[in-house]
This record gives sequence, C-alpha cells and structure tokens, in this order.
Amino acid sequence: MAQPTIDPATLAELQETAGAAFVVELVDTFLAEAPLMLDDLKSALAAGDGDRFRRAAHSLKSNSNTFGALTLGAMARELELTGLDRALAAGGAPLDALADEYSRVAAALSELRDA
Amino acid sequence: MRDARHGAARLLVVDDNKVNRLLLARNLELQGHSVALAENGRVALEMLRRESFDLLLLDIEMPEMDGFQVLEQLVKDLQLRDLPVIVTSSLEGIHNVVRCIELGAEDYLTKPVNPVLLKARIGASLEKKWLRDQQKELVRRFATPEVAQHLHESGFALGGKRVRASVLFADIRDFTPLAESQPPEETIELLNTYYTLMFDAISDHGGIVSLMMGDGLMAIFGAPLPLPDHCASAVRAALEMVQMMQLFNLERAAAAKPQIRIGIGIASGEMVAGHAGTNERATYTCIGNTVNLAARLEAHTKVARRAILIDSETRAGLAGEVPSEPLGPVPFKGMAAPVEVFSVKAGSS
Repeated sequence: MAQPTIDPATLAELQETAGAAFVVELVDTFLAEAPLMLDDLKSALAAGDGDRFRRAAHSLKSNSNTFGALTLGAMARELELTGLDRALAAGGAPLDALADEYSRVAAALSELRDA
Repeated sequence: MRDARHGAARLLVVDDNKVNRLLLARNLELQGHSVALAENGRVALEMLRRESFDLLLLDIEMPEMDGFQVLEQLVKDLQLRDLPVIVTSSLEGIHNVVRCIELGAEDYLTKPVNPVLLKARIGASLEKKWLRDQQKELVRRFATPEVAQHLHESGFALGGKRVRASVLFADIRDFTPLAESQPPEETIELLNTYYTLMFDAISDHGGIVSLMMGDGLMAIFGAPLPLPDHCASAVRAALEMVQMMQLFNLERAAAAKPQIRIGIGIASGEMVAGHAGTNERATYTCIGNTVNLAARLEAHTKVARRAILIDSETRAGLAGEVPSEPLGPVPFKGMAAPVEVFSVKAGSS
C-alpha cells in the first residue's frame, strides 16, 4: 500500500482540464455527497438491499477515481463486485475500513483544496 | 450550414451522481456545448419528450430507471429513436458494454471520462446525426410524412413486393424548344416552380414522387403504404396539377411569358414496388406493365390532345366520381392488345 491517498497526477490532470476553481467546487460537492454514500452502504447492508449496496459502492468508486483517490476507489470497487453477502459475512468490517480510508481522503482533499 | 454541423450542440447529461454530473457538464461546456442535467432515467425521458436535444450522455447504474431501460424506451419511441446516445459508465464487465451497443447506444465511454476522448466521440456522433438529419430531410422533400416514416422504419431495405397501385406520369409539353429559347437560369427557375406545384398536388393526395427526369416525373399512389382509393387519388392529384398550371399560366401571361402545358397519364393495377438500387444509392420505384402503360398514356396525350389520359382500371376505380370520356382502343408499343383509353375532363370546372 505504498499508494498515496490522492494520486497527484490524476488530480493535476483534473485541475488542468476542468479548471482549478471548478475542482474546488467539485471537491466540496464530493465531500458533501460521499458521507451520504457511506451511510447508504451501511443502511443497505442493514436492510439487506443488495442493489442499493452495489449502486452506492459503484458511485463511490467512480467519484474516488475522478479525484485520484485510488485506494478508496479500489476498496469501493471490491465492495461493488463482491456485493452485500461478502460484507455481511465479514461482519461489516470492510465498511469500517472504507470509512477510515474516506477520512484520509477527505483530509487530503481538504488540504489540497485550501492550498 | 457548417455551423449547424460543427458548432455548439444541446446535450442532456443523465447521471444519478452529482460529482459525475457536474464534471461532465463542465467538460462539455468548456467544449462550447449547452448542457441540461437529469438525475435519473425517468427525469431524462420526460425532458427528452419535452425539449429537443442533439445528443444524450447516459449513465447506466441509476435508481428509478437505469440506463438500459432508457435505451429500451428510446428504441420504441419514433421521435427519439435517432437521438445519438453515448453511454458514460464505470460499470464492470464487457457484457454491459455489449448490451448498451445492442440497445442502440452509439458509443461507450468509461468513467472517469477523458475530456479529449469525449470531445472526439461527441464530434463523431453529432456528425452522424447531422448526416441522418440530412437524409431525413431529403426523404421528407420527396415523400409525405407517412411514407417517409415507413421508409425510415423499414430501414430502406432493398427488395420488393407486389402491390395494387396507380402510377402517374407527367411532363411539360414542348419543353425542349422552350428551354432552348430562354436563359438557363429562367429554365431552372421554371422547373423549380413546376416541381414545387406538382409535388404539392401529388402529396396532397397521398402520392409519392419516385422519379424526376428533366421536366418529367413519375408518382406512385398506393405504395409503399396502401391507399384504398388509389385510382381516385391519382386522378384528383392530376386534376389539381392541371389546375395549378392554369393558375401559374395566369401569372406567366401577366409577365408576357409563354404558357406551360402538361400531359398526364395514369394507369392502375398490380405492380412490383420496392427500393431498387445499391445500398449506397437506392430509389423507391414500381416496375411492371402498368408502369409502362402509364408512360405510354402520358406520351399519347400529345396525340389525343388531352391533358389527362387514364386506363380502364383507373376509370373503374373512379366509380363515376369524376366524369371521363372514352376515346376507344389505342395500340401501344410493347402492349399485346390495343388498350381502352379514357380522357378525364380537366379545367372545365
């Protein structure tokens, strides 16, 4: 896991093509939306709603990759592909790990945004 | 024209994820397009049916109505089936890409979408749409909306079928000396006016123009779509054509220009109708003895000195609705037996 929380090249490319000011706005949107996706994953797990679980994981994966949060993206992808049952079998542990990684991503993005 | 082809387009972005939606919209706006947003398939379909868009960028994984369902709806919708769709998704699995293409998506881009690739794909899709629109416009000019739609739905499939229909041939009397006696611009302008008037009269009565040759044209009534009263429709169109020319001649007389006379021949019966040609260039046409007879009747108007001549089958189809005068049997080249010819009284009303 030598991978940085945020891949600088991906983020730089995003800033270059979409404009730095716009990326600040986009980061804010992500920081507002991602916690909802994490909540969605948790409640879908509790409700046993496989479709919703997969969709939330899919959304988080897609956004993570946009900002270069490659580890978070890979973890979300894993959840999308293995689905609800695996996460249940693991007692929800993958969701905790995901939440931890998201905290790191949120901190890193906030820092980069304010820089 | 180049602006319509290569300029800004109006695009609809459908994605349930706000970050994806905003980023895609931003990239498209930077490319000069105007963008509207929808957060799921249901909302997108409502917007597509309400407003007009040049292209749809569609996410697949969405609540309420997903991208696959949107694609299925679009194929079924005659107004929307030609709307180009580019799927943007981070869906896993090649089978999902295949499914999108099979459902009619033009292209598939994996998210996060590379802006350079996005630009190229959108350019290609808009170019294709522009060409399709041009083709539709061409068909519209040559056919009624119903026929145009039929041609469009059948995918311009080559091949034919037997139909009962009426064929109408028309041309301008002594056109060649007239064309030689006036400036070329005037001849082209005359032809354009002539064709506009004739096309209107023909399509008003449910016919399609299948051929144009110089000052002559061939029209079909009853194919590709059946027309229950194709005989009467063809004759009514012919009467309107003659009437149109009379009005046009009043204008020409006022401008001290020579009068234009037309001759029309109509024959009815069974014929083979279909698209003939190659896949690159095909025309909808009819072939058969009936078609030959209509052409002979049109040529015979000069000899008989009548504006409209019809065969007995067309006359039978009129059921006395329009008065006609029997001219007796005429031996035509290529016909086994002499043919009963009838004249329809034009312009007497």
